[in-house]
Amino acid sequence: METRQEPVIKIEDVSFRYEKNNVLERVNLTVNEGDFLAIVGPNGSGKSTLLKLILNLLKLQNGKITLFGEEMNQFKDRQKIGFVSQKANSFNTGFPATVFEVVASGLTKKLGLFKWMKKEDRRHVIDAIDSVGLREYETSNVGELSGGQQQRVFIARALVSEPKLLILDEPTVGVDAQHVQSFYHMLEDLNKNRGITLLLVTHDIGTISERVSHVACMNKTLHFHGKTEEFERLDKAEVSTFYGHDVHILSHDHHHHHEGVR
Amino acid sequence: MIAAIFEYEFLQNAFLTGMIIGIIAPLLGVYIVVRRLSLIADALSHVTLAGIAASLLLEKKLTGFSGVNPVYMGMAFSVTGSVFIEKLRSVYKHYQELAIPIILSGGTGLSVIFISLADGFNSDLFGYLFGSVSAVSREDLWLIIIISVIIIAIIVSLYKELFLLSFDEEHAQASGIPVKIVHFIFIVMVALVIASSMRIVGILLVSALMTLPVAASMRIAKGFKQTILLSVIFGEVSVLGGLFLAYYLDLAPGGTIVIIAVLILLVTILLKKVKTSRPAKV
Repeated sequence: METRQEPVIKIEDVSFRYEKNNVLERVNLTVNEGDFLAIVGPNGSGKSTLLKLILNLLKLQNGKITLFGEEMNQFKDRQKIGFVSQKANSFNTGFPATVFEVVASGLTKKLGLFKWMKKEDRRHVIDAIDSVGLREYETSNVGELSGGQQQRVFIARALVSEPKLLILDEPTVGVDAQHVQSFYHMLEDLNKNRGITLLLVTHDIGTISERVSHVACMNKTLHFHGKTEEFERLDKAEVSTFYGHDVHILSHDHHHHHEGVR
Repeated sequence: MIAAIFEYEFLQNAFLTGMIIGIIAPLLGVYIVVRRLSLIADALSHVTLAGIAASLLLEKKLTGFSGVNPVYMGMAFSVTGSVFIEKLRSVYKHYQELAIPIILSGGTGLSVIFISLADGFNSDLFGYLFGSVSAVSREDLWLIIIISVIIIAIIVSLYKELFLLSFDEEHAQASGIPVKIVHFIFIVMVALVIASSMRIVGILLVSALMTLPVAASMRIAKGFKQTILLSVIFGEVSVLGGLFLAYYLDLAPGGTIVIIAVLILLVTILLKKVKTSRPAKV
């Protein structure tokens, strides 16, 4: 067991630029074990860039990122981190792979090079498929499923290696409005009942605010980070002019607005 | 013909080589197709041609060079070409497909220069362009056996990694897979298979053998493993059927193989049409 005090993610003074554009400016952020944090901000606010840095998809330029108490470059236990990308919604739907095969690919790193799945691993895969409610689609090609079902396949793929931290980048893009609530409900369950720390990036705070424990507002730099209750007490009008119109502050009328937000 | 196979060594060489190519070309082809890299096979085959032409040129001009199998030079060029494609893909990050026409035309240009320097070749070159069963030597056969064993061993041991890389490169990288190394191994394997397949189907048709059986298989297969299995079966049927037909009807084997692969593809498209008229479950 690791010491409980160790933050899962610690971001210190991280800046990032694409050529001449500053995307992140001196961001500091700490995510503790058991948190369910939503990072919100308008398009181009650098929130996806921040995720990519954590996931090692972009090279860190300035600042320091510590994962599970280890500095980024030293951190080798990548299977501790599950990742559901935005791209999952626009993946090549013609790809000939069954739900089982896609979920099993989440074990690639955990099993290690040259290893094949054992019986026990297959059971883990089936359990993960079960946990997102797709048991009957196990042998279907992923391309045949609906957008919401596909997104659950990717959650299962992220869960199969039993991560301590699950990172989701705009997970509800491409999911029909009626399934968004049940999707968030599933995340809440993972957080509360399985103790998985969740980090979610979204521009749709309205739908999520009743589920998450913490909110961080970003636009190049971090403007607010705190418990959801504190966030709710902020002056909404001020927040919405600050972040532009594509951040949903109201938590009631999301059904009507959702499709317009992309 | 069965009797003839036992009688003539060149027929044995051709059939055994064909059987092996029928397995490894579609096997690697599956990865090429799902990664939308189908044209890379074309680019590399043209680079292979440059290697062959260079070797034939040297054979003509240098007495000491005769007897060297041009396939080696073809492989060397093909592998070098694959490295260049990777370099170019990282140079043109946002236009990765540009690497393909650059390498393809570069390879063709070099081939033409080598051919003109040699004042043209005899029928040898024709055999490399369109495949020539009688040209397959025992040495070729051994070379192809060795390459196939290596390739199958790599695909078996890197199966998970290759799958994840093909399905979701970003995810592969995020989960800490050495993406660049795995991709490099992959592209070198492609280069080797192309160089070894061209004896049978010829440079102009190699990519067809890598992509057509896969295109057919994808129409009807469930899942990735089944896609691989069906691709290999379709590839094998095309090669063996093509060689038999070519022998009896006195046709060009490379062309016959490819046409059979096209026919299989058409059948699977029709099959799929029949299948989808049933209600699909979603």
